[in-house]
Amino acid sequence: MTAIHSPAQRVWWKQPLDRVEGTWIVIAFVWCLVMFFMMPYWHIYGKQNLSNEAYRTTPEAYVAKTQAMVDKYTVRTATEQNIPVVHPVPGSDVYLIARLWNFWPILELEEGQTYKLHIMSTDWLHGFSLQPENINVQIHPGYEHVMTITPTKEGTYSIICNEYCGINHHTMASKLYVVKPKKS
Amino acid sequence: MAVNRNFRTCPSTGLVYHEPAEKLIRWNAVAGVVSLLVGGVLALLVTLTRWPAVKLLPPDWFYLALTAHGLDMLVFWIIFFEIAVLYFAASTLLKCRLATPKVAWAAFWLMIVGALMNNFAVFKGDSSVMFTSYVPMGAHPLFYLGLILFAVGALIAVFVFFGTLVVGKAEKTYNGSVPLVTFGAITAAIIATFTIAAGAIILIPTFLWSVGLVSHIDSLMYRTVWWGFGHSSQQINVAAHVSVWYAIAAIVFGAKPMSEKVSRMAFVLYILFLQLASAHHLLADPGLTSNWKIFNTSYAMYLAVLASMVHGLTVPGAIEVAQREKGFNKGFFEWLRKAPWGNPCFSGMFISLVGFGFLGGISGVMMGTEQLNLIIHNTIYVPGHFHATVVVGTTLAFMALTYFLIPTLFRRELMFPGMAKWQPYVYGLGMCAFSVFMMGAGTLGVPRRHWDMAFSGAILPHEFPGTAYLMMGIMAVSGIAAVVGGAMYLLITVGSVFFGRKIETPGFKRVPVREGMAPPPAPVAVAPAGHGAIGLGGFVAPGTFVLAMIFLVSFVLYYFVNWKYLSTVWPMN
Ligand code: HEM
Ligand SMILES: [Cu+2]
Ligand SMILES: [Cu+2]
Repeated sequence: MTAIHSPAQRVWWKQPLDRVEGTWIVIAFVWCLVMFFMMPYWHIYGKQNLSNEAYRTTPEAYVAKTQAMVDKYTVRTATEQNIPVVHPVPGSDVYLIARLWNFWPILELEEGQTYKLHIMSTDWLHGFSLQPENINVQIHPGYEHVMTITPTKEGTYSIICNEYCGINHHTMASKLYVVKPKKS
Repeated sequence: MAVNRNFRTCPSTGLVYHEPAEKLIRWNAVAGVVSLLVGGVLALLVTLTRWPAVKLLPPDWFYLALTAHGLDMLVFWIIFFEIAVLYFAASTLLKCRLATPKVAWAAFWLMIVGALMNNFAVFKGDSSVMFTSYVPMGAHPLFYLGLILFAVGALIAVFVFFGTLVVGKAEKTYNGSVPLVTFGAITAAIIATFTIAAGAIILIPTFLWSVGLVSHIDSLMYRTVWWGFGHSSQQINVAAHVSVWYAIAAIVFGAKPMSEKVSRMAFVLYILFLQLASAHHLLADPGLTSNWKIFNTSYAMYLAVLASMVHGLTVPGAIEVAQREKGFNKGFFEWLRKAPWGNPCFSGMFISLVGFGFLGGISGVMMGTEQLNLIIHNTIYVPGHFHATVVVGTTLAFMALTYFLIPTLFRRELMFPGMAKWQPYVYGLGMCAFSVFMMGAGTLGVPRRHWDMAFSGAILPHEFPGTAYLMMGIMAVSGIAAVVGGAMYLLITVGSVFFGRKIETPGFKRVPVREGMAPPPAPVAVAPAGHGAIGLGGFVAPGTFVLAMIFLVSFVLYYFVNWKYLSTVWPMN
């Protein structure tokens, strides 16, 4: 009987598998296993993994840390708003605040160097979307997320918010500069 | 207590309808279609706003319309229709009276009140929080209350469904096991029970928070529990539309499942492994370990993916076998060429199946991979993916089923049959193109839920490449084509249901039945056997197998292309 009738045979589970189904199940299962093992494989051999390092903190504490970095490393300001542009030393902790509706401060990093980038929101959910690399991370309030990043190529990048955060969501964008390392 | 046992037998399909069940199926389906109408108008507005050259609405109206579109479509249209499908699968397919019709009506009205209340809150303008309503962004209390009432109503309806199964068993209205389609509906209902519970766990405190009784809701906890609800509810849709595929294969072709065992096992895999799949919505979130993410995405997801891959083979496989047994046994694809492509019930179902698999399925698995999610998260790729699953997959399957239901359930002739022939193509293919170009724009970084990809008014705007604008433009045009297809569907269904010619059959009457239905025929004691001498090289459905292999190759290629792409972005960990 068809799929809208009760099976004609009471012991339907004894009907032998058709070869088509059996073969496909094996193939599909193997493929699912491959996809499964790709994830741990990439954790070991791949270079792009989202860090799990995150701390619970308060907006005040986080803003204070960011302010300290800004005081230490500001090299110039940009735009009419005088947003500080910071150029922290390679390998250091870099802080970025996401809030309604901007990112603060502007970061200037060196090509080929590794940084510990901290991001957190001080109000609602926001998104960290680095363009045109297209790296996308969720930003939560109260969770300081720490990831190690290594810019590979000099240039001007954009950070845009890609989590809906209210009426001016579409204006929440900033820059990230990657420059050649200074010769010392 | 007097139990209403008026039944009628549909003269053209032989299906048996219990009077109160029939009414409930109709009303739930109609409520769904009304939601689809509202959601469709909003779809047009939203699409025209995301078309960079048009940018129709101002931002506040855009976010309002987007919130309402998500809710009216994903929640109200889909769930109302699903309740209709559940009642049909239990009462009609089991030839059984619906348990407690009064309670079912209470459920229906609760859902209506909830849906209206929620829409009221959104259209009032202070609840443009998207259907996900992530805290700490808050909506009006009525927004949450409406959703809670709707969910409670839906839960009660699900219990009426289970009650009907119990009645069918007790009154022996069927013999042996329930039909496969009913089995699929049971899968959907079981998942729904868990899902709605998760929804209540998160929405009730959020409602209390919105009225000031709870002081703080953690944003990560919210996203975790919310997706326990939000994702699993997509599994209800998958289980429901897969059941509809099987039903249409049975209705149009008289197709038997290739093997009951395989199809039922695949449904069981959904129940076992989809519950935890909320994890893949949190892959880009801080504070969750990779082990948790990998475990939940893989264990939970890949076995469910396996189940979908199995259904994706067995549904067309069953059709192929039925066609070959009818004599279309030449070569690999005669069965498919000779399929009734002019029957919207079939063409809709087939486009739904292929689109769901190739576009929705492959993109979903790719996105759900822990690391690959980094290059996708919250881009417009995501709505591209789910319009392929929930619109091409679920919505189109439900539309296809409607073409069958209008004559048998509403007893009206289809109006505009010529238009109906084309409707699945316009809607389905429009939507496929829409999804593809959304995904294309997403790989270029265009964000979802975003009023202006040119960042007007921003101090430091980002400039997207011209290709991204082009893709958004083509996306919008395809979206408009799909809206036209949706309008055709609404015209045909509303027209037929209200103005279609009544189907009158001489001698038609409802039969009161006191002691349940006439006993069902006893199952034949045939020995379980395989299929006859059809197919090629020992494969009964070689054409389907070839299609499956094409699917697999596309899948593998696309999957690894994305890993390749990931390997070129900035190293991070
Ligand atoms: C003709 C048909 C449709 C068109 C043209 C359409 C168009 C769109 C567009 C342009 C967006 C906005 C994407 C963004 O900016 O992020 C969207 C979002 C969405 N659509 Fe559709 N849609 C259609 C049908 C449907 C259907 C039938 C469903 C559900 C069954 C659906 C569910 C959704 C959902 C859940 C969202 C996301 C809302 C959000 O991000 O909060 N759509 N749609
Ligand atoms: Cu933001
Ligand atoms: Cu935003």
